[in-house]
Amino acid sequence: MANGPLEIKAISGHAGTVPGRDTSRDYALAKLIDVTTCIGCKACEVACLEWNGYPFRETEFNDTYQTMPDLAWNYYNLITFNEHVNEDGTLQWLMRKHGCMHCADPGCLRACPSDGAIVQYANGIVDFQQDNCIGCQYCVTGCPFNIPRFNPETKKVHKCTLCSDRVGAGLEPACVKACPTGCLHFGSKEDMKDLAEKRSLQVRAHTSHKNAGVYDPQGVGGTHVMYVLHDIDQPEKYGGLPKDPHVPLSVRIWKGPLKWLGNLAMIGGVLGVAIHYVRFGPKGDKHGGTP
Amino acid sequence: MIERYTFHERICHWLTGLTYCYCLATGLAFYTPYLFWLALALGGGPTSRFWHPLTGLVFFGGAIWMHGIWRADMTITGADREWLNKSGDYATNHDDAVPPQGRFNAGQKIFYWAMFYGALLLVLSGLVLWFPEYVPVGFRWVRGIAILLHESAALITIGAFIIHVYMGVFMVPGSVRAIVNGSVTADWARAHHRLWFDRITGK
Repeated sequence: MANGPLEIKAISGHAGTVPGRDTSRDYALAKLIDVTTCIGCKACEVACLEWNGYPFRETEFNDTYQTMPDLAWNYYNLITFNEHVNEDGTLQWLMRKHGCMHCADPGCLRACPSDGAIVQYANGIVDFQQDNCIGCQYCVTGCPFNIPRFNPETKKVHKCTLCSDRVGAGLEPACVKACPTGCLHFGSKEDMKDLAEKRSLQVRAHTSHKNAGVYDPQGVGGTHVMYVLHDIDQPEKYGGLPKDPHVPLSVRIWKGPLKWLGNLAMIGGVLGVAIHYVRFGPKGDKHGGTP
Repeated sequence: MIERYTFHERICHWLTGLTYCYCLATGLAFYTPYLFWLALALGGGPTSRFWHPLTGLVFFGGAIWMHGIWRADMTITGADREWLNKSGDYATNHDDAVPPQGRFNAGQKIFYWAMFYGALLLVLSGLVLWFPEYVPVGFRWVRGIAILLHESAALITIGAFIIHVYMGVFMVPGSVRAIVNGSVTADWARAHHRLWFDRITGK
């Protein structure tokens, strides 16, 4: 694990190259959430608040064990509780740790116009730098998981940092440290993938969950937060986890073809009128023609 | 000297013109990283983000005011179709071949309508970008569409704006004085807007 400043891989809204890219051999990290062993104790929620220094917020009591109805700008990490009735009439009580997935192809970073407001480290962590955030919320539109939350008072957007400050100091994220069942794991992406495959094999072999599998969606290039799910075919039943997430098409058109078309049109327009002036010059007053 | 634009017309023009330029500069900063320095030069990213939508509203208000002043003058007529057929001659300064024009020629009218509908699209899509938190999660696609609309409409107005500034400042001498001080010479009026000149001088 890196001990020292984290090497940067990509910077939002940044003209030119990324300084210092590929100068060291930081390896990709990942957090693995084994949903099958989560007991919904919410120790990770508490640890997250404590480490990030946020106060506990008031909640709503709406007949659920879920702490908060939704994520918030100062609530990065939420265990969602869903009661799912299977086709055979049996009930599943599904708890899932919900938060930023740290995509390898982050839609938030693609959409962000502000230089350095979002950075992706070489180890895979996608981190918001509130100092550089201008509060436009394009990242919210770019995110396929609906994670970033806006603080209307400071006009800054926040989300899970994967404890980049702890990871930079050689520590594991606060949520992982607090987890009492060993449902949360942290390590190299390779090791975590290996562990996830082994665990889902174990679940398939020893329980009735024959569809257990690893959630590491390739539509966003894979994620640095992965799940082991009892039923990999129906991630939606875990509180709306998308089955095949992608950076929204509108964001890809906006940052792709439309950008090039616009650049060409604007540069072409300025060049065009300049050439026109040199070729034809101004109109005269007398007959409207060349003076 | 002949009065080309009244005091109210000139104020309205510069209100929309200057607010458009501010939105253009800050908008280009958000459009591409290579122009983000524009936002820094104008007081920083958050400041630009704060004033861009508010200035946009003033621009839109100006556009509505302008619509009240110029809507009638900007109606496309049969004479405009004749001008459009001869627009190649107009662009290459063979103005003797171009039919005489009223107060505004078809090019100016097309510019006006591009800006008016552009402003309408910009303000509608801009409201979504301004208050995205009020768009329900199930309607998130609306935000994506709004971004595409906002950018497309902006690009159309930028194209029109480039030609407008070029025509006014470089190609038709006397236009700047007309829109700043309001007056043009009789020769200018006769050369560029013969029908309008004949009407106001009673010939």
